[in-house]
Formats: sequence, structure tokens, C-alpha cells
Amino acid sequence: MNDSLLRELVPAVIGVLVRRGADFATAEDAVQDALVEAVRKWPDDPPLDPKGWLVTVAWRKFLDALRADTSRRRREELVDAEPMPGQGTAVDDTLALYFLCAHPALTSASAVALTLRAVGGLTTRQIAQAYLVPETTMAQRISRAKRTVSGVRFDQPGDVATVLRVLYLVFNEGYSGDVDLAAEAIRLTRQLATMIDHEEVAGLLALMLLHHARRPARTGPDGRLVPLAEQDRSRWDTVLIAEGIDVLQAALTRDRLGEFQAQAAIAALHADARTVEETDWVQIVEWYDELVRRTGSPVARLNRAVAVGEADGSRAGLAALADLDPSLPRYAAVAAHLHERDGDPVTAARLYAQAAGSAPNLPERDHLLRQAARLNTQLRG
Amino acid sequence: MAKYLLLKHYRGAPAAVNDAPMDQWTPEEVTAHIQYMRDFATRLQSTGEYVGEQALSPEGTFVRYDGEGRPPVTDGPFAETKDLVAGWMVIDVETYERAIELAGELSAAPGAGGKPIHEWLEVRPAYGEQATATE
Repeated sequence: MNDSLLRELVPAVIGVLVRRGADFATAEDAVQDALVEAVRKWPDDPPLDPKGWLVTVAWRKFLDALRADTSRRRREELVDAEPMPGQGTAVDDTLALYFLCAHPALTSASAVALTLRAVGGLTTRQIAQAYLVPETTMAQRISRAKRTVSGVRFDQPGDVATVLRVLYLVFNEGYSGDVDLAAEAIRLTRQLATMIDHEEVAGLLALMLLHHARRPARTGPDGRLVPLAEQDRSRWDTVLIAEGIDVLQAALTRDRLGEFQAQAAIAALHADARTVEETDWVQIVEWYDELVRRTGSPVARLNRAVAVGEADGSRAGLAALADLDPSLPRYAAVAAHLHERDGDPVTAARLYAQAAGSAPNLPERDHLLRQAARLNTQLRG
Repeated sequence: MAKYLLLKHYRGAPAAVNDAPMDQWTPEEVTAHIQYMRDFATRLQSTGEYVGEQALSPEGTFVRYDGEGRPPVTDGPFAETKDLVAGWMVIDVETYERAIELAGELSAAPGAGGKPIHEWLEVRPAYGEQATATE
């Protein structure tokens, strides 16, 4: 049994413990302890019923934790506790965990950490490595998050949009350390999509698949960022693209459009073009219009200006840009790109250098510096 | 072993020998520079002398407390004359001489024309732990 199959059982096992009357925070710790034991014991002695094994061991760990607790209060409460109403299924429990871990009372960083641990089954150490913070810091973040949601009823349904936001954040973190957060986000979104029939869950899953499909082409061998127009499209993962498009089309037929479906539609149009010249920029602009209507997001407006520049020429793109606030992140980078296409390399080079100075990460900064360097070299030559 | 902080400056250090700003290099020179820095860190990891590093954005602000119930006072972006740190690396090495040797290597990173930048780096010893034997 591999690591991710093992981790798929985590939310259901936590659910069983909670339904037996355990509090969420202690149950979650107990399941983590059981996981550690599973990783140690299963290679030599694999259980016939992995989930049953985990439930048994986790329940024992939970009882141990209660015994270790100096106060007997909770044990007594447990004896008196009313059983949870209704006969919950494993699916209900897992779904309830998604909502709990994305609870609006949590900050995004806490919701992300708690989701990765309680729903994803990652260890605190793995999460800490992925987010480049010390393990003790991440442990504190998780335990504070658990305290924050400790009073929330476990079976309370929430707003699926909060869950999607958390999964989207995990996906966007990409990968560092030995945990591939993008792949983990896809796994969790896939699992969510099997439990809940919602067009935006499908939209987000499609968006992730379509972006993930391009990942092999997005960075060069030396770690440098390769922009969409220059990517070797033969390195895109066609299986993921096909799946993403299927998932998206099924969602779109329901005629309940949302932000993630619109973003996925844009990603699908890029994925559909065998060469950059074949890109259907007119349709992409229409989807950005839709996205701007729905969200009013300045980032969507900025991306729309790029698409307008491709569909209707650089002048139209610059005109679309003129309506936007120049202090927007990546504004200078977009302006540089449009000015270069407009045949003004001097302005473009200056703007690329400026954009490099305010880039949000090193790969982007290095890319923008190279763009400035390329134009300045041409101008000297 | 002793820890040293190597500081790289956007501004505030004496001028480097090869002082052309990065956007005036060729793209290949930019790539070579980035690769040199990456290789340097990888090599220190393999020798067991690497602790950590962080590159910093040139955007920065000074902040100070302004009294009870008032929001902090901010000042910035920094004036052109102010010292501006571009990034830091912490190394853990046997001797002061080794720290100086490594900073020298880092300063040799290639810049315009593929030639070393000869950039001035600041080497700052960190205070060590109190040794048990001196109790």
C-alpha cells in the first residue's frame, strides 16, 4: 500500500472517531499517531482491512491520550456524550472534514495547514517543509487552528466556496521539499468531486488538471520559467488535458457558470492550441469578459489586457491597460510585453527592469531581468 | 564551528569593480550569474557548511512604534542614499578564514562580459552559544 492510498483513509478514520464521541482535535492527533505506526508496521505485516486497522489503532491512541490527560473531565464527558445524530457514512464524515478545515473562522494559512493534515494526512513536518517554515511553527499553526474550530459542530454543512478557495491556495503553492502540493491539491479536489455534485468543484478540478498538464513545459532544465508562448507543447500532458476538458465540458452543460469554470475554459483554450499561433484569443477575451463581470477582479482585468493585445493588436491591449491601476502586481510586466509588441523596445526594456524590481518571486524576477537584458542587448547591437 | 552572515547589498556597499546593473547584461550573462549562485549554495550544502539564505525584494519600508493606540509610523520606500540589503546567506564554518574565503568566492560571481563582479559582501560573525565548559 503506498503513501497516498494510506492517506486517503485519514479523513474517514477521523470521522469514525468523532462519531464515536472523540473531540476533533484529539481524534486528529490520534489518527496521525496511528499513521506513523502504520508506516512502521505495514511493510512487514500488511493488514487485511487497512481502514479497520487504522480505526482500532487510532481509537487506542485516543484512549491513551485521554488517560494521559491529567484531568478526567473529558473522559467523563465522553461517557455521558450523546451519540452523534443519524447514522453517518464515511462520505459524510470526509465531507464534513473538508468544511471544518476550511471554516471561515480560520485564516487562509491555518485552513490550508489543517486541510493538508486532517484531510490530506500529511505530517506536520511535511507541511512545514512545503511551506518553508520550522516544524514547531507549523505545529503551532495547526494546533491553534484546531482550537479555533473546536466548538464547530462536526456535521454542519458549510459553503463549498470556502473549501474550493483553500484547495486552490494549496494548488498554487506548487511544490518544494518532498511534497508535491499541486498533486496533493488535485487528489483532494478529485476526492471532493466524488462526494459532492457541484459545477464549481468540477470547474476547479478541470482548472487544476489543465494547469498541471503544462507543468513539465513550464520550467527549463536550469529551473528557469518558460512563458506559455515559448513552451514546448509536445511536453504537455495530453492525458491530463483530455481529462480536464471532459470534466469542464460536463460542468458547463449544467449552465451554472462560475469563476473556476471560466478560468478552466481559458486554460482549455490554451491547451487546445497545438501552436501558440493557433490560440483562439477572441474566445479567450470573451471568457475574460465573463470573469471580469463575475469577479471584478483586477487580476482578471490585467490578464484580459494581455488577451486583448493578442486578439486585437497591441494598441487595443495598451488601451485596455490604460483603465487599470499601475500599482497592480505585474502591471509593469504586462505593460512591458505590450510595448514590446507595439514596437517600442526602449520603453519595454525600462518597464521589464522595473517589473523585475517588484517581482513576487525569484523565477519571475529572473525571467523579467532576462527580458530587459535581451532588449537592452538588442538596442546596443 | 561558527556561524557567519554574508550580506549582499543593492546599495550601501562600496561600488563593485564590474558595476553594470543586471538589466544591462546579456540574457546569457544573467543566466550564468544565477547558475553560479545556485551552484555555490549547492556546494556549501554538500560540504555541510550551509545554513540558509534568502534573497530580498528591493522594496522595503522603515517602521516604528508611534505610541499607544496609534498606528505605526512608516517611512519609505528607502531614499537612494540608504543602505539596502539584497539578500543574506548564513554559513557555519570552522574558521573566520574559511568565511572570508567563501565570501570571496561568492563575490567572484560572473557579471557583465562574463567577468567577475568583484562585489563587496559584508561578513558578520554571529554571536555563538555559551560553551558549557566555561561555566
